[in-house]
Amino acid sequence: MNIAVCLKQVPGTTKVEIDPQTNTLVRQGIENIVNPFDTYALEEGVRLRERYGGKVTAISMGPPQAEAILRDALATGADEAVLLSDAAFAGADTWATAYTLSRAVDKLGPCDIVICGRQTIDGDTGQVGPELAEILGFTFVSYVSQVEEIDGEHMRLKRLMGERYEILEALLPAVITVVKEINTPRLPSLRGMAKAKSATIPVWGAEELEVDGNKIGLTGSATRVIKVFFPQRTQRAEILEGELPGQVDYLIDRLREANLI
Amino acid sequence: MGLLIDLDKCIGCGQCIEFCPFGALEMVGGKVEVREGCTLCGACLDSCAYEALIIEELEATPAADESYRGVWVFAETKDGEFSRVAYELLSEGRKLADARQSELGAVCLGHDIGAVDSLIAGGADRVCVVDSPALADFPEDLCARKLAEVILEYKPEIVLAGATALGRSFIPRVAAILGTGLTADCTGLEIDPETGLLMQTRPTFGGNLMATIICPGKRPQMSTVRPRVFKPDAPDQTRKGGVIRLDFNSEGVTSRTKLLSFVEDLAETVKLEDADVIVAGGRGLEKPENFAMLEELAGALGAAVGSSRPPVDEGWVPYPRQVGQTGKTVCPKLYIACGISGAVQHLAGMQTADVIVAINDDPAAPIFEVATYGIIGDLFKVVPMLIDRLKNG
Ligand SMILES: Cc1cc2nc3c(=O)[nH]c(=O)nc-3n(C[C@H](O)[C@H](O)[C@H](O)COP(=O)(O)OP(=O)(O)OC[C@H]3O[C@@H](n4cnc5c(N)ncnc54)[C@H](O)[C@@H]3O)c2cc1C
Ligand SMILES: Nc1ncnc2c1ncn2[C@@H]1O[C@H](COP(=O)(O)O)[C@@H](O)[C@H]1O
Repeated sequence: MNIAVCLKQVPGTTKVEIDPQTNTLVRQGIENIVNPFDTYALEEGVRLRERYGGKVTAISMGPPQAEAILRDALATGADEAVLLSDAAFAGADTWATAYTLSRAVDKLGPCDIVICGRQTIDGDTGQVGPELAEILGFTFVSYVSQVEEIDGEHMRLKRLMGERYEILEALLPAVITVVKEINTPRLPSLRGMAKAKSATIPVWGAEELEVDGNKIGLTGSATRVIKVFFPQRTQRAEILEGELPGQVDYLIDRLREANLI
Repeated sequence: MGLLIDLDKCIGCGQCIEFCPFGALEMVGGKVEVREGCTLCGACLDSCAYEALIIEELEATPAADESYRGVWVFAETKDGEFSRVAYELLSEGRKLADARQSELGAVCLGHDIGAVDSLIAGGADRVCVVDSPALADFPEDLCARKLAEVILEYKPEIVLAGATALGRSFIPRVAAILGTGLTADCTGLEIDPETGLLMQTRPTFGGNLMATIICPGKRPQMSTVRPRVFKPDAPDQTRKGGVIRLDFNSEGVTSRTKLLSFVEDLAETVKLEDADVIVAGGRGLEKPENFAMLEELAGALGAAVGSSRPPVDEGWVPYPRQVGQTGKTVCPKLYIACGISGAVQHLAGMQTADVIVAINDDPAAPIFEVATYGIIGDLFKVVPMLIDRLKNG
């Protein structure tokens, strides 16, 4: 079983806040982390290898410092890792990202399963997985919460589709995106950390991937960001005053007046 | 191509460094330099009072195919009925179509699709229906291919779809087949009067930033929109429209996935998205048992119970109850937030509610910035009092 897991390095957004006075981002000690949803993707890849044998390759497209998350992936069970990094990849939208990732999957050789996170916390689109599947011509199943069985050419999956759980049979090769119910990611092992420390992680650029230059980075992106701004919040609550019972009565009166209750 | 710093204009004030969400700008020898982390997001551009930052445009964006005209809405069905988001999109699509002086269409795929009059009453000039037994379980691969094929035939210049579980999974594949751009989770759509392009605004970066995105060179321009972001128009039964029924040739095509079975998640009694009143609890509820108190309040109000993320993470309530960036977007008439601080990721899912009541013992909680009424106090005192007054008049 050849498994590829796609991981993205993202800024640890929980630490990003807006300074209400200056309306700027407060970035104190903002550190880059692996996209939280992708840790479930990696864990599932490793578990599938433990069940069915084979190899797990972690792939990330990003700036050189994204190597850090690949090293973590090696420490937590990935067999190999490859970084897709090239100045020409900058500014890629989801399609150009999916295209670049697809070139790497092709270059890695025969692949049975590609696992992606459900969405990233910075771009937050969830589009890369399905687009990647379409470009590769693989089966696609989103929101997988359990890989029940892999049997020859098929796998049986459980997925959380809105309000319902579905059991699907999917033909391999396939791209799946996973939700966090699927597993609990393990911590790095000592052996893994030792291995990760000394591993060399190959870096593939536009040349190694033999990409079409018109399909990568900003050039290959159909979408353009033309403006970025801070959301405005103006409304201030009417803070109720007086004794608590009086506040509650006042509130109920207002809500009744407005026909809300 | 890339982010450039005009060294003549840069005075080295460092203002832009604070603005970069990716930490990709750095001060080197009194001037700002761009590091590898730059994603060309553009957040820094407006921060520079000296206009020293520029994103170098591509030499030429290829012109879009002008033969594409009209706005289309993908009308998702659930249990044989069109989802509410279809009508929300029709009302917004109507405005866009009018601004472009073009037609509004709706397209639906599936099996045993009944009357489509409601889509016409909702604003559509024309409805395309692809109905086939082969599409009964909505095999996403076959549906994506068919929808792409229909789009290539009818050439709408804009295609809108709901950012539902299905829309988020299925529409990106349609966009990939068509090789066009797709903007996820838009909260604002507008036609640029000068260029006629669709300006798609969406929260990014966990709701900390808003980005406006265009798709200048490819057609159609595609967006997904979260349910409850736009309001549906009141249906107009007098509207007239055409219906086109299209064939689906299922010979020799089989889906790569097969639906074997499904179970509805029974935890959901009142669907959160459809509720007019929502009572939501956060970490302030402290333990799962306390959600019973919210259930009681909800019962007295005929409301559904929602939650912020921590109660879901802790396993107090199931995931379908989560409101926010990674949960549901709701827009009830009344949202009562109990013990919720109001993190941007939570606000992203509920701040468009008509009336918001916040109950929190921390006067500095950001939830009070979006609330209509705020009670600063202990929810364990306030909520029982509310229940008592509602029940006993
Ligand atoms: C990528 C990402 C996605 C996310 N998606 C979501 C999402 O979809 N939805 C979501 O909700 N969050 C989401 N979050 C998490 C979000 O950042 C916050 O951590 C979360 O919303 C906080 O939940 P809370 O308000 O319940 O808890 P807290 O922030 O801990 O707030 C609890 C509040 O309760 C008050 N309180 C405590 N006890 C009482 C009492 N007895 N009476 C009255 N008030 C009391 C406290 O003063 C406090 O304000 C996301 C985060 C990230 C990074
Ligand atoms: N630059 C990237 N490198 C590797 N994987 C990525 C990258 N961007 C997105 N992905 C994968 O695609 C998923 C969805 O990303 P997104 O569409 O950005 O929300 C992520 O959870 C990752 O698994």
